[in-house]
This record gives sequence, C-alpha cells and structure tokens, in this order.
Amino acid sequence: MDFSLGEDRQMLVDTLGRFLAGNFDWKTRETVIETAEGWSRPVWAQLAELGVIGALFDEASGGFGGSAFDIGVVFAEVGKALAVGPFLGTLLAGRALAATGETALLEQAIAGEVTLSAALDSDAAQGVADGEGWALTGTQPVVPFAASADRIVVAARTGEGPSLFLIEKGAPGIEIRDYPLIDGGAAGELMLDGAAATLLGQAGEAGAIIEEAVAAGLVALCWEAVAIMDSLKVQTLEYLRTRKQFGVAIGKFQALQHRMATLALEIEQARSSAINAADRFAKGRLEREKAVSAAKFTIGRVGSLAAEEAIQMHGGIGMTWELPLSHYAKRLVMIGHQLGDEDMHLERFIALGQDALATAS
Amino acid sequence: MDLSFTQEDEAFRAEVRAFLQDKLPARLSDKVRKGQRLTKADMEEWHAILNARGWLANHWPVEWGGTGWSVMQRFIFETEVALAHAPRIVPFGLSMLAPVLIKYGSEAQKKHWLPRILDGTDWWCQGYSEPGAGSDLAALKTSAVREGDHYVVNGQKTWTTLGQYADMIFCLVRTDNKGKKQEGISFLLIDMKTPGIEVRPIKLLDGDYEVNEVFFTDVRVPVENLVGEENKGWTYAKYLLTYERTNIAGVGASMAAFERLKQVAATQRRNGRPLAQDPQFAARLARLEIDLENMKTTNLRVLAAAGAGHAPMAESSMLKIRGTEIRQQISDLMRRAAGVHAQPFVTEALEEGFNGPAVGPDFAAPAASHYFNYRKLSIFGGSNEVQREIISKAILEL
Ligand SMILES: Cc1cc2nc3c(=O)[nH]c(=O)nc-3n(C[C@H](O)[C@H](O)[C@H](O)COP(=O)(O)OP(=O)(O)OC[C@H]3O[C@@H](n4cnc5c(N)ncnc54)[C@H](O)[C@@H]3O)c2cc1C
Repeated sequence: MDFSLGEDRQMLVDTLGRFLAGNFDWKTRETVIETAEGWSRPVWAQLAELGVIGALFDEASGGFGGSAFDIGVVFAEVGKALAVGPFLGTLLAGRALAATGETALLEQAIAGEVTLSAALDSDAAQGVADGEGWALTGTQPVVPFAASADRIVVAARTGEGPSLFLIEKGAPGIEIRDYPLIDGGAAGELMLDGAAATLLGQAGEAGAIIEEAVAAGLVALCWEAVAIMDSLKVQTLEYLRTRKQFGVAIGKFQALQHRMATLALEIEQARSSAINAADRFAKGRLEREKAVSAAKFTIGRVGSLAAEEAIQMHGGIGMTWELPLSHYAKRLVMIGHQLGDEDMHLERFIALGQDALATAS
Repeated sequence: MDLSFTQEDEAFRAEVRAFLQDKLPARLSDKVRKGQRLTKADMEEWHAILNARGWLANHWPVEWGGTGWSVMQRFIFETEVALAHAPRIVPFGLSMLAPVLIKYGSEAQKKHWLPRILDGTDWWCQGYSEPGAGSDLAALKTSAVREGDHYVVNGQKTWTTLGQYADMIFCLVRTDNKGKKQEGISFLLIDMKTPGIEVRPIKLLDGDYEVNEVFFTDVRVPVENLVGEENKGWTYAKYLLTYERTNIAGVGASMAAFERLKQVAATQRRNGRPLAQDPQFAARLARLEIDLENMKTTNLRVLAAAGAGHAPMAESSMLKIRGTEIRQQISDLMRRAAGVHAQPFVTEALEEGFNGPAVGPDFAAPAASHYFNYRKLSIFGGSNEVQREIISKAILEL
C-alpha cells in the first residue's frame, strides 16, 4: 500500500500552493469576494497557464491528469487558500463535455479562454426538440458563477430520459438571477424559458454521465473540505496556545484539550473518507457511488462539528468577519449544502447498500 | 405532581393573547417571523407599547413599575410574546441594569434611572468584556481613578452589543489594583456622549453590525454614577449575570422558532416528499422536539423553585447551556432545510419591505446567517464551557 501522492502530483501541489499563497492571499480574497463577479479573472488565467485546470482532465480530453487523486489534490489547495472561482463548475461541466466527446470546447476551458458552469439536476428542467436544436424550460437553483459563465452544461429531462445540453451566455430564453454567496463567490438561479440549447451526446443517455461527473465533484468537495478542516485545526491550536485567560493559555484547560482531541480524530476519519472516495472512483459504479456518498456524509458531519468547535473555542473573536477563521468555517458548512447534504448521502448510502444486496441475491 | 396551569394562569394567558392580537403591530411580527433585521426604531416601538400597557418591567417590584406577576405568569407572558413573533426587548437597561439598581442602587439613582429605562429615554449597553477579559472577566483593566467629584476612566470595552445606539453604558471598572482582582472592581454608569468615548463597530461573520469596541480616554464620570460601594462591583456583576442567563435560555423563543421549523418541514420538499417525512430530517426534528419539551419542564421546575424562594444560581447555568444549544439546533435545522438555498447571501432580503424576486423558499434567506450568528449564544453571557465549570463546582462540588 502506498499513501504518498507520487512525484508529479506532489509537484502540482507545491506549484499550486505556492501560486495561491503568493497571488491569492487573504487581502486579495477580501477584495475579490466584494467584486460583482465574485472571482478574479486574472488569477484564473494564471491558474490555467500553470496547468491547474488541465490537471482535472485526462489526456484524451486535452488535460494531463484527471484521476480522482489529481482532482483531490487541486481542490485541497483551493480549500487551503479558500480560493474562490469557477473550480467546481469547470470540473462538473468539463467531465460532462469529456464524456460526450466535446473536447474542443473543453480545451478552450482548460486554456482559460472560456468559462464553464454546470447545472446537473435533470429533474429541474425539461427539454423538447425544437427544429435543429432543443428548447429548455425550468429553473436550476444555485448554479455556481452562472452569470460569469460563457457556457453552461445543463441537465434536463426529455421524452427519452435524463439528457445533457449546452447553453450559451445571452441566448434567448435564459435569465439569470445572480447573487453573492455567504461563503464568498457567486451563483445564480438559472431560469430557462424555452432556452435554445445544443444536445450533448444522446438524448436520454445522460444518467450515468451525470452520476460520474457529480461523483468527481463530490471527491473535489471532500478534499477541499478536509483541507479547510486542517486549516481550522491549525488556527484553533495556535489560538489555544496563545490566548490567555485566568493566567494560563486556554489550551491548558482539559475541557478544551479533550474537545480538540476529538476534533483531531474526527478530521483524520474525514481524511480517510476522502481518500477512500478517490481510491474507489475508478472502480465499479456501486463501489464508487457508495464511497463518494460515505465521504460526503462524513465530511458533512465532521464539517459542521469542526466549524462550530473552531468558532466556539475562539470565543467572541471567532465570530468576527475580520478573522479568516470565520470564513473557513462558513465555507466548510456550505460545502455541506453542495451536491447533496449529509442526510441525503446517508440515505443514498443505505439505498446503494440495499441495491447491492438485491443484485447479489 | 400536577403540571397543568391553573385556571387563573389560563385566564391570564387569554388576556396576554388578546393584548398581543390587539397591540402587536403586524409590521413588526412580520419582520420577526421572516427573520429580518430589526432597526432601533422597531425595538423602541414595541418597548413603548409594552410600557403603555404597564407590562414592560413585569419582573420589577411593583413600587417601581412591576406587575406583581408570579413566576408562572412571567413565563406565560414571555412564551406568548415569543410565539406571537414580537420583537425581543433589549435587555440591557430593563433586565440587567434595573435589577442591580433596585437591589444595590441609591434612592436617587433608582428615582432617576428607572423611569428613564421605562420610557425609553436611555438606551443602555453592557460594558463588561474587554479584549483581555472575556471568560476571565475579573481580569478587566479599564481603570477609574477618583479625582475630586469625578472618576477619570481609561481603557477599552469590547463586544458591546448595540452600543452604536446607546445613550448610556454600565461598566465594570478597576478602582483598585491591590489584593484579589475581584475586590478592586466597581460598577459605574457612563454617559456615552461624554468627551473621550469612541465607539467602533465590529463586523460579525454574518456581515451584520451588532457589537462594538468602546474606547475610553480620560472620560470624566460624576461620582454619583457609582452604583453601590466602590470595589464591590463584582458582587453586583455576578447578580446581574444570573439574570442574564435565565433570560438567555429563551424557551419561548425556541418554542416559536420550533413551530416555524415544523411548518417548514411540512412544506419544504426533498426527494419528492416533505422534509417531515424524510427519515433523517424527521429524526433530527423529533430529537429536537423531545429536548425542547424536556427543557420546558426543566425551566418550569427552576421557576417554581425560584417562586418558592430559592435563588437560581447554578441552575441558571443549566438553563443557559441547554437553552442555547436548543436554539442553535433549531437554526441548524433551518439551514439544513434550506438545502442549496442556504448559500445565497441576499442581504436586501433581510431588510423590511424587500420585494425583490425571492431566491428559493422564503425561509431560506436568513437561514445560514442566523445559524452562524447564533454561534454567539454559546459564547456570550458566560460561555457554555464556563457554565459547565460552574455546574461542576457549585452543584456537583467536584
Ligand atoms: C455577539 C456577542 C455579543 C456580546 N455582547 C456583549 C455585551 O453586550 N457586553 C459585554 O460585556 N460582553 C459581550 N460579549 C462578550 C462575551 O461575554 C464574551 O465573548 C465571553 O465572555 C467569552 O469571552 P471571550 O470572547 O474573550 O473568549 P475567551 O474567554 O477567550 O474564551 C475562548 C474559549 O476558551 C474557553 N474557556 C475560557 N475559559 C475556560 C475555562 N476555564 N475552562 C474551559 N474553557 C474555557 C471559552 O469557553 C471559549 O471557548 C458578547 C460576545 C458576543 C460574541
């Protein structure tokens, strides 16, 4: 068994970590999250140049990575820096484009020339054939950086079943109600009223593609979350060692020591769940899906614990906007709300287990 | 044992309900129900309505404007007010300072300050905490040095809730550096307009401004604004904190919030069914309901004991811990119920009269903000860790 990242991946981690520390420091983040778009195009362009976006996709689709571990390490660095940008939308849309052979557009995204987003709830919209193309109707909620995206991959139900489409910024029938997010960044309600769309792949065949893309997104979020937990842990430990009350560092109080010990243990469990998810990603469907749901459940549970404990152990100062800690806590809790929460994934894990039993018997 | 309310209690409840029906402005209850931000004027409006009815200072002695209600009647009142979504009454003057003045203040102080609290002339804030003195409150450094008929105050207070609106601040100040640190503290009333006071807002993680730093540079305070005796402030401060803690339990507020949560769970759908039928969510909801029901009775037991003359010292710590945990859990479930729509941060939707397009279900807009903001409940009023210290020492004698 080998738990090391391997030389190439370690290099990617080091490069990306250094870049974000230098070019997306806390001051930059504070400025960027107050802008209308909620992310930095120049930083994104440099990330593309460094090959960070390409690392999310395999060579056949124009990238040079694409394994679940590649995805994981990139998102861990995103989490560490609390970077905002269309990372998740690009990953989800890109995986769907790759799976449907749309590599030309994906290559442009990898080069940072085109901004992508994805809205993958196929029950949130319907598609009907409309001459050469298709028309989509419905509302896709909280689509990441929807207003900034040049192209959005949209899932919708057609007569044939779940299908994938591509829509273009500014096409008729598209309205986006955009807003900032509580954890930084932006998103929007994507309101489609007969919006002109191009079909990706075959109508009705998108179920498996969507599931795989979402699984990649779940791996990404889980690795991002673990990195945020690590950061919360480091910041809290530092505070416990330096903040003095009653004449001693508050870290000397056994009540807090035990809480911190529990938290450290839980974070290791969460890390293992994220590793499991990446490891099972390339295995069979059932193994992959059980592992990503297990990880998202664990991350949700430990995530709110870590966020709440980190704030609590900081006392009043942990509640302030000025301290980065509160922003890490907010992001971590909000990861719980993306691509299905802890309860949903627990239910899903149970259902997948029952499916497996049914197939076996 | 009989846990039913007496006939008189029920008649009293009906009277309170009729009053609320009649006098609580729909504009205000609507804002509270939607979780929108209350302005200073909103809070003052409700304060004045209660005062006009003579129910504002219900826990004060009758001679100063109290109602003479039993503890049970007060409980009923607080519960009904919360269930009707009335704005909370800012507690600093009415429920924190006033009990201290009534017990320890001079006649002149009572005559001067109590009516002004009632009619809203003075908005009070609480100047206890300092950057270096949070849980270890007795470590406070802000100094007051006697110079003739004034104290000269220097130092800094922090986390001062709604200090931006305040006319007056009651402060714990250091008047003696010798001996035990608890024995050199005094309780001083300071006019916020005195030269040398500067208020700086602190932005909290939900983006809102409700706390402040207050700086004092050579602030001159007349000696008649000293409450009780010099260097005895710690006694008064502890007395006040006990009041603060029972207040914090907020059972009425929890009941109101839980009702709203149940409505949300009945209507908000996930996976093709209402959340109330989602096994995981239903289990969370049930646990919370059970805990809240237990809490209600725990609270009533403490109140009954208090009615029988026992001072609720350490018990108030229990109420504080569990009461705040329950309020936090309700806000936690609200945020969970909002699903993906917990993420949008549409601050305009938190202001009165917002009629822009709603993003997601209407309860979702303040859900995450409230959840994060409510982390404060387990931190202030003596953190829940400190409350556990009190329980283990004072009740369990460990
Ligand atoms: C929103 C908000 C509003 C507030 N409003 C007011 C106000 O109006 N007026 C006012 O005076 N103050 C106010 N406070 C301050 C509040 O009372 C303090 O934050 C509180 O006393 C904790 O102090 P601290 O923040 O310095 O944390 P610290 O005392 O530094 O505590 C940090 C952590 O250490 C823990 N800890 C400390 N001592 C021990 C121990 N012995 N054993 C175990 N754990 C321990 C704490 O529980 C906490 O988890 C407010 C605070 C907040 C957050």
